[in-house]
Amino acid sequence: MDSHNDDDTEAVPDGGVVEERRSASTTRGPVARLNDRFGSDFTESSQFWLPPLLLTGLFVYGAIIWNVLISLTDFRGFGSPDYSDLDFEMYARAFADSGFVDAAVNTFILLIVFTLATLAVGLCLAILIDRNIRFENTFRTIYLLPMSLSFVVTAQFWAWMYNFNNGVVNIVLTSIGLGRIDWIGNSQIVLWAIVFALLWQFAGYAMVVFLAGLRAIPTEHYEAAKVDGASTVRMYWRVIIPQLKGSTISASVVLMVFALKAFDFLYSLVGGYRPPNGADILATKMVREAYSNLNWAYASAIAIMLFLMALSVVGPYLYYQFKRGNL
Amino acid sequence: MTDQPLTDGGTASADEATAQTSRFDGIDAYRVALYVALLGILAFFLVPIESGLVTSIKTSTGVIETLPFAPPTPEFFTVEKWQTAFDALGRGLVNSALYAVPATVISALFGSFAAYGITQADWKPRYKAPILALFVAGIFIPYQAVLVPLSRFWSMVPLQDLLGFVWALGINEDYASIVELIVTHVAYGIPICTVLFRSYYQNMSEEMIEAARLDGASIRRVYRRIVLPLSGPMFAVVLIYQFTQIWNDLLFTLVLVSTESSPAAPVVLILAGLGTSMEGQDFALRMAGAFIAALPTLAVYIMFGEEFAEGVAT
Repeated sequence: MDSHNDDDTEAVPDGGVVEERRSASTTRGPVARLNDRFGSDFTESSQFWLPPLLLTGLFVYGAIIWNVLISLTDFRGFGSPDYSDLDFEMYARAFADSGFVDAAVNTFILLIVFTLATLAVGLCLAILIDRNIRFENTFRTIYLLPMSLSFVVTAQFWAWMYNFNNGVVNIVLTSIGLGRIDWIGNSQIVLWAIVFALLWQFAGYAMVVFLAGLRAIPTEHYEAAKVDGASTVRMYWRVIIPQLKGSTISASVVLMVFALKAFDFLYSLVGGYRPPNGADILATKMVREAYSNLNWAYASAIAIMLFLMALSVVGPYLYYQFKRGNL
Repeated sequence: MTDQPLTDGGTASADEATAQTSRFDGIDAYRVALYVALLGILAFFLVPIESGLVTSIKTSTGVIETLPFAPPTPEFFTVEKWQTAFDALGRGLVNSALYAVPATVISALFGSFAAYGITQADWKPRYKAPILALFVAGIFIPYQAVLVPLSRFWSMVPLQDLLGFVWALGINEDYASIVELIVTHVAYGIPICTVLFRSYYQNMSEEMIEAARLDGASIRRVYRRIVLPLSGPMFAVVLIYQFTQIWNDLLFTLVLVSTESSPAAPVVLILAGLGTSMEGQDFALRMAGAFIAALPTLAVYIMFGEEFAEGVAT
């Protein structure tokens, strides 16, 4: 962080009026030229936005570029990477690795199913809450409560809920005459059990986003639909839900990006790098390859592919925001 | 969502209800079904937490012999698990606070700076857009994409030597990882803080700022005298959001501290391995630990639920 100080001091000019007079008399100064090009407050305001931008730029974008470089090496074990011999070997290795393909498929299932389910449940919750109910605050607070908990904490709760002999889920199932199910141990269903647990944690988030969207719709729209004789379901389906496009887009981006990195939950569920069989996703595989197997270059290659998946979600979103003038 | 006054009970709500009957003309049976549904969902959200709470005060036999959601009978009641969990997690709570509090404050300040510099300051929007896009995209980066370089970076920074004066005070050298966690969380927290503050500053009245600028006040002075004092409500939102995020995050602590036996291990790292051993799992202990680790964020959520909701919704 020390390196930012010189940028700071360089960019701190004296107050506005003096500044303008100076730039008028010596138009050749570098500060004045920057200001001509970028706008009158460019250099003076840089003391505010430049240090955070540099810090984020280095740690986020610098690190990603560095990660690309490491992924092209053969770096593993202890020591340092050798940057002289760069190739795409690690990417080829990933596509030949059945563990990677399984993790990619699981990531994709988690991404789609979790996002759609959470959006649907969140929308229903928001509509129920918006029906002019009493104790709205209490209901909303409790629905959103799981969102304030750490994944480490909720993973403990769900490990207990899904416990084979004594968990709530199996106790309920046996009491209604169904048999016990090994939720975590069965590789066919563990992913769905995890989707359900994450849905529990995130439904409140989707609700809050949709509720904000619903509250922004003028009451006249509801009234107009009523006058037309539309039923409640039809009113929501035809008139209200189409107006929630913005909320849906921003909620899905956040949910999808979360699904890509649902690492904390899976790690805490078992207390280790190896998630239950059938629940390995790219996020867990990447961390396991790096910090358990010390396959740094391979892990970096997986990380880059994960990053590209995130980018394919966020890129269109940013473009959409840009088009709407929000950037 | 804040523009709607949130009133439960009281006359205001009753007035609102009569005013809006045209919007939702309800039959009684319909209202009953609505509340039944709401209460059912409430139970769904509370069951995992309730089950965890009652399990945490049961003896190991009680955990097996009683129903998971039933409170313990006196013979199975114990607070021993809470004591064990507290002994294990106590230092973790202190360590977590040591990095979560500074990182929260610094990232909120930086976010406020950045947002001010790219909203209120007068320079060309077409150059602001790419910078803003960098910040927005930064929110959505999967941390996995930066982990390997991050651990390379921190292994290359001679933090142990730089902080020599701290170790001279008798503090364990493992606490260097607390400093690493602060810097890392600040760097990755700035994007979301910036975006939150930006939406707030965009809606701030510009007249006062323009008047001050015409009077010759520097950008720094305008920030200190006008913008910062008016940022209070947004600071509350950002601080609460960031504190919850940083306190709850496991990935960075796992990578930067790595072992739960370290004196500097944060609470989430200890909790992730708590109660799991070769002999099986001590669920009562895990539940008690989960509650202890969650207490600070739960307290923040219960006190500042509105601000939390606003933070996540933006």
